Amino acid sequence: MSKTAHRRKGEASFSPGGLRRKQEANDALPCDSVIASLSSLGISEHDRRTFLKLAGAPCLAACVSSCVAGWPSLALGAGSEPAEDSRFIVEAQFYEKLPYKKTRCKLCPRECVIDDQERGYCGVRENRGGSYYTLVHSRVCAAHIDPIEKKPLFHFFPGSLAFSVATAGCNVNCKFCQNWDISQSRPEQVRNAYLPPKELASLAQQNRCPAIAYTYSEPVVFYEYMRDAAEAGHALGIKSVVVSGGFIQQDPLKKLCQSVDAIKVDLKAFSEKYYKEVVNGELKPVLDALVTMRKQGMWTELVYLVVPTLNDSEAEFRALAQWVKANMGAEVPLHFSRFYPQYLLKNLPPTPLETLERAKAIADAEGLHYVYLGNTPGNAAENTYCPKCRRIVIERIGFTVKEMHLRKGKCEYCQQAIAGVWQ
Amino acid sequence: MRQRLEPNRREFLKKCAAGAMLAGGTRRLPAFFSAREKAKVVNARDPLLRGTGSSLDSGRLLKMLDRSVQALYATDSPLEAWKKVARPGEVVGLKVNGLAGRGISTNVLLVEVLCSRLQDAGIPQKDIIIWDRLNADLERAGFRIATHHDRVQCFGNDTLGYEEELATYGSVGSCLAKTLTQVCDAVINLPVLKDHGIAGVTMALKNLFGAIHNPNKYHLNVGDPYVADVNMLPPIRQKVRLHICDATTAQYEGGPSYMPQWTWPYNGLLMSRDPVALDYIGWQILEQKRTEKGMKSLRAIGRAPDYIATAADPNHRLGTNDPSQIEQAEV
Repeated sequence: MSKTAHRRKGEASFSPGGLRRKQEANDALPCDSVIASLSSLGISEHDRRTFLKLAGAPCLAACVSSCVAGWPSLALGAGSEPAEDSRFIVEAQFYEKLPYKKTRCKLCPRECVIDDQERGYCGVRENRGGSYYTLVHSRVCAAHIDPIEKKPLFHFFPGSLAFSVATAGCNVNCKFCQNWDISQSRPEQVRNAYLPPKELASLAQQNRCPAIAYTYSEPVVFYEYMRDAAEAGHALGIKSVVVSGGFIQQDPLKKLCQSVDAIKVDLKAFSEKYYKEVVNGELKPVLDALVTMRKQGMWTELVYLVVPTLNDSEAEFRALAQWVKANMGAEVPLHFSRFYPQYLLKNLPPTPLETLERAKAIADAEGLHYVYLGNTPGNAAENTYCPKCRRIVIERIGFTVKEMHLRKGKCEYCQQAIAGVWQ
Repeated sequence: MRQRLEPNRREFLKKCAAGAMLAGGTRRLPAFFSAREKAKVVNARDPLLRGTGSSLDSGRLLKMLDRSVQALYATDSPLEAWKKVARPGEVVGLKVNGLAGRGISTNVLLVEVLCSRLQDAGIPQKDIIIWDRLNADLERAGFRIATHHDRVQCFGNDTLGYEEELATYGSVGSCLAKTLTQVCDAVINLPVLKDHGIAGVTMALKNLFGAIHNPNKYHLNVGDPYVADVNMLPPIRQKVRLHICDATTAQYEGGPSYMPQWTWPYNGLLMSRDPVALDYIGWQILEQKRTEKGMKSLRAIGRAPDYIATAADPNHRLGTNDPSQIEQAEV
């Protein structure tokens, strides 16, 4: 039996002056240590305030300290950034030109029709004279080094690190968003650093991160940057993983699947009503995207944030599990995650543990092989069990992998293949 | 589930405070708080506003502004009326709309004559702030950015930024511009009479989207109920005292961008303390023009601004959209 103690507990983030740490959609656990150098980030010259904060916080960079909040999460603020910086502005890859200088965005299913000088729902794409541009290429507003389990991706290089980045903006507006201060802001309303693709890939390599993660806000809205960074990463042997709501059109998704190595999708509910009222989006395109990801051979995991009274019925859990099994396969990991009151849903309590356990029991009974509970540190449902012999093949506590009993992707005990990307 | 979120505790307390203010009979009660009084919308027009050229005559514009404010406040002199809008010692924000550039933004000349009248009424230059969403928008509309504290200031929200705390009401959660929350005591709202390709029309209610950090989130469903909900956020509801809709040039299609083929010289101003009534009247003016031009109504093309009715409903009570409760004064 091989016992592999992976990585120190939690991992790292660097945060000049941030008030809050950036969180994955459902993560409520604190980070522990800082392992990355602030000065290595290459803060852009225009952001003097950020620069001064960095300069004034050398101890952050020099020593390993306790939890440091999300890097630039003092988000809505000072207007310290010039309105224009051409380095960030790149013509969008998916849009069509319309009469009278209007444009129609073809990146996400919303298909915003945008007048000259206006922006789409995401707030980071702008019509300028009848052409459409992303304003957030290389314009990073959050950067952390996280365990891959924090995404969560449990079947993709477990125990490894992901150099995790985000820009401002999102194409939905979930009422429970934990990172609303960046996801619901325009790029000029948050602090940013200039981090072009090659430098991002290089930073990931320097920090021994085998993957770059596009996360925290909604990577679909910084699509062009994500694809360019993925390409730069691959040139250095760095993988790319995406943490997304999956609200994306088919053409850009198919191209994205050629560029990245894994996608974790937050499937926020299994009803259109919830998507309309709580997410400000649509379920159907997300389901279509999930099917496409599997057809493209993309490693995919799902998170379902269980929000009390809104998406926690047994019927919905059952319908979800049946759909996943029928359309994606029983081997797709499904993480039921605990909700904590946030943003516009502060009036609801945290998800009771019993509800999560009920959801898992239903999904297990429907035949899904890998059903996890998230935001429940210490729960046995954080472990990966062999679907054949039922022994633990990956033992976890929180984001920390304690033990692995896999050999070449198979259960060490019974040789059952365990679905995932292991090496 | 509850589709609409209840106002949070802070808002609740603020509303209680506002209620106490009303009960105490404090001055400047908006007209729509009175159950028996009709909402007054002044529609001032001057066919000679442009003379024989295309630019506005500042003298005639000032007279039109004076006629409007006197009619609205039923006073014999404009200064007397302006003194009812703001007092010396208060900082007065002029929320203009500069998105579409010079063609169809709040006219600089109108703002100039308004500043002149406010100063006549005892508001010093340094206490007048012209503001909008972005410095770039203001500059495109012909304003010059100015932040000197000894004269009229002019800047966008990108100068001071936004509050970090969310203000919430109904479907809306937004961070408000510090210019509104921390600098201005009173706001005069100066929208433009124009069509909006997503929200139907954009006038008094919609112009306050310029006070929040995330307006792009609230154009769904033709802006309903978002536009009404944004106007319920306490600093907006409490500080905006007067709405002057610039209808010197109006646009009945293709907005919010400037589309000269769909503009016409209305040569007028709409003024009211009731943003709902003003928007309702303005909407009818645009519909009438659309009909004249052989275009379908906004309702027929799925762009009727139903947020106006929502703003009048029992959950909002921001004003009235009932024509029988609106007194139109043509001057």
